[in-house]
Amino acid sequence: MISCGIWIRHCNNPISPYIPMTYSAGIVQKQFFTFAEDQPMPLDSGETLGPITLAYETYGALNAERSNAILIEHALSGDSHLAGYYSFADKTPGWWDDCVGPGKAFDTNKFFIICSNVIGGCQGSTGPGSINPKTGKAYGLNFPVLTIGDMARAQTHLLDHLGIHQLLAVAGGSMGGMQALEWACSYPQRVKACLPIATTARHSPMLIAFSEVGRQAIYADPNWNHGDYYETNRPNAGLAVARMVGHITYLSEESMHHKFGRRLQERARYGYDFETDFAIESYLRYKGNRFTERFDANSYLYITKALDYFDLANGAHNLAAAFANSTEVIYLVISFTSDWLYPPYHSKEMVSALSAAGADVTYVNIQSSWGHDAFLLEVNTMTGLLSNFLNRIVDQFHISLPPAPSVEALDRAQAALEQAQRAVQGDSVGVDMTA
Amino acid sequence: MTTISSNPAETTALRFDLLTVAEFIQPKEKVLDLGCGDGALLRYLIDRKGVKGRGVELSEEGVLACVRRGVSVRQGNLQEGLGDYPDHSFDTVILSFTIPYINDPAFIIGEMLRVGSRAIVSFPNWGNWRCRLSFLFTGRMPVAAELPQAWDSAPRARPLTVRDFEEFCLRHRIRIARKISLQGAQRIAAQLGENMRSTTAIFELR
Repeated sequence: MISCGIWIRHCNNPISPYIPMTYSAGIVQKQFFTFAEDQPMPLDSGETLGPITLAYETYGALNAERSNAILIEHALSGDSHLAGYYSFADKTPGWWDDCVGPGKAFDTNKFFIICSNVIGGCQGSTGPGSINPKTGKAYGLNFPVLTIGDMARAQTHLLDHLGIHQLLAVAGGSMGGMQALEWACSYPQRVKACLPIATTARHSPMLIAFSEVGRQAIYADPNWNHGDYYETNRPNAGLAVARMVGHITYLSEESMHHKFGRRLQERARYGYDFETDFAIESYLRYKGNRFTERFDANSYLYITKALDYFDLANGAHNLAAAFANSTEVIYLVISFTSDWLYPPYHSKEMVSALSAAGADVTYVNIQSSWGHDAFLLEVNTMTGLLSNFLNRIVDQFHISLPPAPSVEALDRAQAALEQAQRAVQGDSVGVDMTA
Repeated sequence: MTTISSNPAETTALRFDLLTVAEFIQPKEKVLDLGCGDGALLRYLIDRKGVKGRGVELSEEGVLACVRRGVSVRQGNLQEGLGDYPDHSFDTVILSFTIPYINDPAFIIGEMLRVGSRAIVSFPNWGNWRCRLSFLFTGRMPVAAELPQAWDSAPRARPLTVRDFEEFCLRHRIRIARKISLQGAQRIAAQLGENMRSTTAIFELR
């Protein structure tokens, strides 16, 4: 299959020519935290939810003042597995492995990095596929409808549990950026810096339209059965179509030309049938099918609904008022020129509102042809930009960082990891066939 | 812990005209630098005068350099950069070596005086005698010593002189509070043929 990850993984590190970007966060473990057992958590809809479990992972070490923590938020289909591997046999690293690890943009030598699966999700956090303690069966559509605000609220409980009062930064791309904005605006005293990347302050009608197409594809699958399918066949066909639509919106016309063109897949000439002709068809089908192996259709419904409800201004025209309480937070807003899903003017609107509110905001519109996916692919530019910005925050607030490990120590750890991976996987280490 | 700001090479290498602009700034001011380039002036002002600085820059390269220096910057054009700020959000708004590139200087300077209590505008002076002689004897468009770019290089610059700018201020009823003329890296006494002698002009407007 087409790999979008391999070519960028081995480029030089713009922070320091001495640190190649191939250092891995190593073997990591998914952890779980359960709360709201006695007192359910209130939700924006007026309903409540409890108990709630959050699946999360942490990377790096917390300093003595507990002031070097960074919360990274995942996007629609992401999870808590940000970087590194679960085991030596694990072939695929976490979803932002290119930017999280020793010497990388979010440097695990410096920062204590946290990532949790959103509520409503299906990778270990409480969602519609979880067992409802009242009925002993999966929630299905009895699960309450959530908002981005509810996702952030749940994370405040996790941070309390971890003993972190204030985050050095909260960052995320796409839906992750919305959660980052929600954090900065709802809990400004708990955030020093906010990094919304390739995102928007309010979900646009076009974005709602794409969400709805994805949901309709799931509703139309007879296996969906109004969300009650956990003991029967899953609505995989519908979910796969939803994912295919999503994938189109993450690319750009230029990147599709570049990656696929009109190339045929496993055929020398047109088949004049309804089997797969073109490489792009094959890619979308593969991505759609792979998605059903790891994602729950009901979670897709709930999370896209939360996206659609997202509006920092709460229906008001004036976005600046939404930022009025968070002017002490330092913002880094990033957009990408070819992103037509969350186009640069969404970020500019946010930056205008932040400037009008008097916030300290830096805005960068990165030249890229990769579309929305650019936030995961423009690793070189992102590494320099993010690490320089985070260094500034560290300086400005006099954050003490743990002593940096020597290059020799990093080399030894990386060599040991690769050796153990080779022992389990043979020679296929580092060749990620699924990307 | 490495700090970008503490690198002495980056602050001492500040161009002479920018050092002169920096002299205008009082400690702890709020400063907006339009077309701030790599953020060298803002970094200097933050380090030496403790200002609260913001920059606006069109190029991605410049913006990334600003972030490297730890300077807050917005990527965009000057209209976008100015329009969002409420009246008198800044003490000083700086337009350094950028006026030859802007399409509507009256609008931009008007906006600068709206969002700031004062504006500082600096530019290379094409009225300098070398430019005049060069035009006279070679018949080619003069190139300002402080902005050595060919007429066809991008972005395109529109030449102006000290006298042009003074006439512009008079026409738009902009008060010139102070004026400094530089000849290379030297300050020259005012009112003595400055349009002929200066290579760089710095105006404080109110």
